[in-house]
Amino acid sequence: MLKSAITRLGHRVLDAVWRIGFAARFFVATVFRSGTAFTRLGLTIREIYFSGVLSLIIILVSGLFVGMVLGLQGYDTLQRYGSESALGSLVALSLVRELGPVLAALLFASRAGSAITAEIGLMKATEQLSAMEMMAVDPIARVVAPRFWAGIISMPLLAALFSATGIFGGYLVGVQLIGVDEGSFWSQMQSAVDFQEDIVNGVIKSVVFGVAVTAIALFEGYDAPPTAEGVSGATTRTVVTSSLVVLALDFVLTAIMFRGVS
Amino acid sequence: MNRTVLDFWVGLFVIAGVGALLFLAFKVSSRNAVTVADSYALVANFENVGGLKVRAPVKSAGVVVGRVAQIDFDNQLYEAIVTFRIDKRYTFPKDTSAAIMTSGLLGEQYIALQAGGDSVKLKNNDRVKITQSAVVLENLIGQFLYGKAQEGAKQ
Repeated sequence: MLKSAITRLGHRVLDAVWRIGFAARFFVATVFRSGTAFTRLGLTIREIYFSGVLSLIIILVSGLFVGMVLGLQGYDTLQRYGSESALGSLVALSLVRELGPVLAALLFASRAGSAITAEIGLMKATEQLSAMEMMAVDPIARVVAPRFWAGIISMPLLAALFSATGIFGGYLVGVQLIGVDEGSFWSQMQSAVDFQEDIVNGVIKSVVFGVAVTAIALFEGYDAPPTAEGVSGATTRTVVTSSLVVLALDFVLTAIMFRGVS
Repeated sequence: MNRTVLDFWVGLFVIAGVGALLFLAFKVSSRNAVTVADSYALVANFENVGGLKVRAPVKSAGVVVGRVAQIDFDNQLYEAIVTFRIDKRYTFPKDTSAAIMTSGLLGEQYIALQAGGDSVKLKNNDRVKITQSAVVLENLIGQFLYGKAQEGAKQ
């Protein structure tokens, strides 16, 4: 009884270690065989279309509504202290520093990440990847690398669009609907948001999230058991794992980046 | 899907994304930080800096002209040494005075520079000699109560 429990534990640990090692080797192989992603740019552009352009609708609509809600809630709290002119800086800072990169990455993981996993998992289940290997086409260079770079390129653009539409949503609610003074909305925002501290750090965050989400989605797809059940499980794991990783990375990056900012 | 249509949409997406980044860079943010290259440093001793923080603005006539760079403690005089960087475009006379003020009742604290009349200008690493400390609310209330008590004793 005890022995079998210990055996199970050992098996679990070895399995986990093996998976981490496999994931690391897969990641390194993807980075080193990325040549095709740039020599045959058409492949990458196709993947940018599928993971970036098709995610636009959900990113823009969510951004707009998040900004509008921030405008409403922020105004409600700020007006108690008579400082509703600070609404612009509240909306812009929370979007640019946190909500833009994080929410865009979460949406990207569920919209594009799950699609990548399902596609590659199904390619594996129907033995398309093995067929490529038979024809001396490297599936990592041909299938994985273009999707990887497409994700890294799309993610910062999507996060920037999320933040921009969010700020526009906050402007719509705060200035047009509630009637906060337009001049103080923009000028307070400009004096509070620093280019280097806030915008550049936000872009760095979104690039890191892009790498994390795409790498997880690709690995889960590549590692999926070649069955219908296996692919569905891998898709779920992609969304769960990449969401958790995004949130954890966000905490670490925030702790490093904004320690000195008052 | 047709390659040209694909390229078109991806191009549009990239343009929109870069446009959003430019919007964030130019409309939403500003380059607040006064860089070392186009600024000069001034030093001032204060008896009490109150809640002044590094990166707090330095204003003259209400206009931001620089930022606080460093706040240290002088162990000989038991005073605070505040180093702040002023934009190169602005020069101040030698007898300029510095005071720590609060914007609004509970707002952030900043250094206000009041220009004097001297014809010699302050240079890099010069000291602002006339300073006025931050008003600490507790001291103010203490002084007020002390004054009231004295009034009471006289009568």
